[in-house]
Amino acid sequence: MRSLIDIVDLTVEEIDELIATANDIIANPDKYAEKCHRKKLATLFFEPSTRTRLSFEAAMLELGGSVIGFSGASNSSAAKGESVSDTVRAVGCYADIIAMRHPKEGAPMIASMRSPVPIINAGDGGHNHPTQTLADLLTIQREKGKFDNLVVGMCGDLKFGRTVHSLIHAMSRYKGVKFVLISPDELKVPEYIIQELDKEGIPYEETTSLEDAMPSLDILYMTRVQQERFFNEADYIRLKDSYILNMDKLETAKKDLCIMHPLPRVNEISVAVDDDPRACYFKQVLNGKYIRMALILKLLEVA
Amino acid sequence: MMKVGAINNGVVIDHITAGKGMKLYHFLNLDHMDAPIALIKNAPSEKMGKKDIIKIDAELDLNLDILGYIDPNVTINVIKDGACVEKFHPQLPEKLTNIIQCNNPRCITSIEQEIPHIFKLTDRESGEYRCIYCESKAKN
Repeated sequence: MRSLIDIVDLTVEEIDELIATANDIIANPDKYAEKCHRKKLATLFFEPSTRTRLSFEAAMLELGGSVIGFSGASNSSAAKGESVSDTVRAVGCYADIIAMRHPKEGAPMIASMRSPVPIINAGDGGHNHPTQTLADLLTIQREKGKFDNLVVGMCGDLKFGRTVHSLIHAMSRYKGVKFVLISPDELKVPEYIIQELDKEGIPYEETTSLEDAMPSLDILYMTRVQQERFFNEADYIRLKDSYILNMDKLETAKKDLCIMHPLPRVNEISVAVDDDPRACYFKQVLNGKYIRMALILKLLEVA
Repeated sequence: MMKVGAINNGVVIDHITAGKGMKLYHFLNLDHMDAPIALIKNAPSEKMGKKDIIKIDAELDLNLDILGYIDPNVTINVIKDGACVEKFHPQLPEKLTNIIQCNNPRCITSIEQEIPHIFKLTDRESGEYRCIYCESKAKN
């Protein structure tokens, strides 16, 4: 029995296989409409989330399965002090597969050690969120048709953004990928990730200017620069507009740039950009559902 | 120098950093062992200035690699029939279970009851261990 806790649990071949399944689902949805008939997905969301939970639920429903679960720890037995181990053991008696989000890092790993059914990590604090990374990879594959020889720009909060860290890990495994890391000095990629890139000999460039980086990029992955991450308000006010993507900044961008964002967006991408064909962040949401369908099929070993 | 008799069959843990002897003694649960044991503190040492030594006059069925984590300086001498038959420096173990606690307040180990605190060796050169749950670095 397999679970998915961290994106690195999957080999490159397994990711390719999931992407192939997702593409087949997109092309032939009817073929998959009853694949999970009589199977149940439990969504255990110990902290609230709208997008990820609904994405998992929609994925299971489109596979012909059904969904049970809760959202918010106050609505669950955790409020009574039940351990994660006991919760998943009990829920494993009702459901065939569990998607779990928990504010504590490592909670889905504990769950996978105790659960009688597969666990999917739907986000554990600031730690891992592997299905977001799978959605990102499916989007890159569909937009670019490949993973190798791409210049991947990451912009905004690169220090705390877990989606950025996972995507760097996942993309590092492909040939000829170069990263351009665009952030204020306060929010640079953590040192351990830089060390890993150095160790693997993967090219990267760190810059504070989105404008300077723009012309070289094939992918631009935007994230939000949050005010609470800054030591003082003056720095925040000075920097916040530098990391807002608008049509002016896109002038020097490639015609086939792929603009991504894990969402929710606040103001870091101007709404005017939404109508540009290079904006891919809503496609990313849709791709998230399809890749979750592929993942559910794989973990349930449904042929 | 104070004299402590030689042992016949057992283990001498030598070159313990002065002051860490008692920690190792407790760690190996030697206080529960029914055998002649000597803990020597602050013995003069040419190499270290002073050192602690533990002599155990009984065969030990323990994984002594763990000592490599607690004190990487130690030398282990295995004694048989009064002679040293093996001498080694313990290697850092691949995994530490319930030896150190994860002190990341966001880690699941901070709230889940009775789960083992497990750390994996992630870099042998620097001796870096990380929590298997939250991947935080262990603090010595």
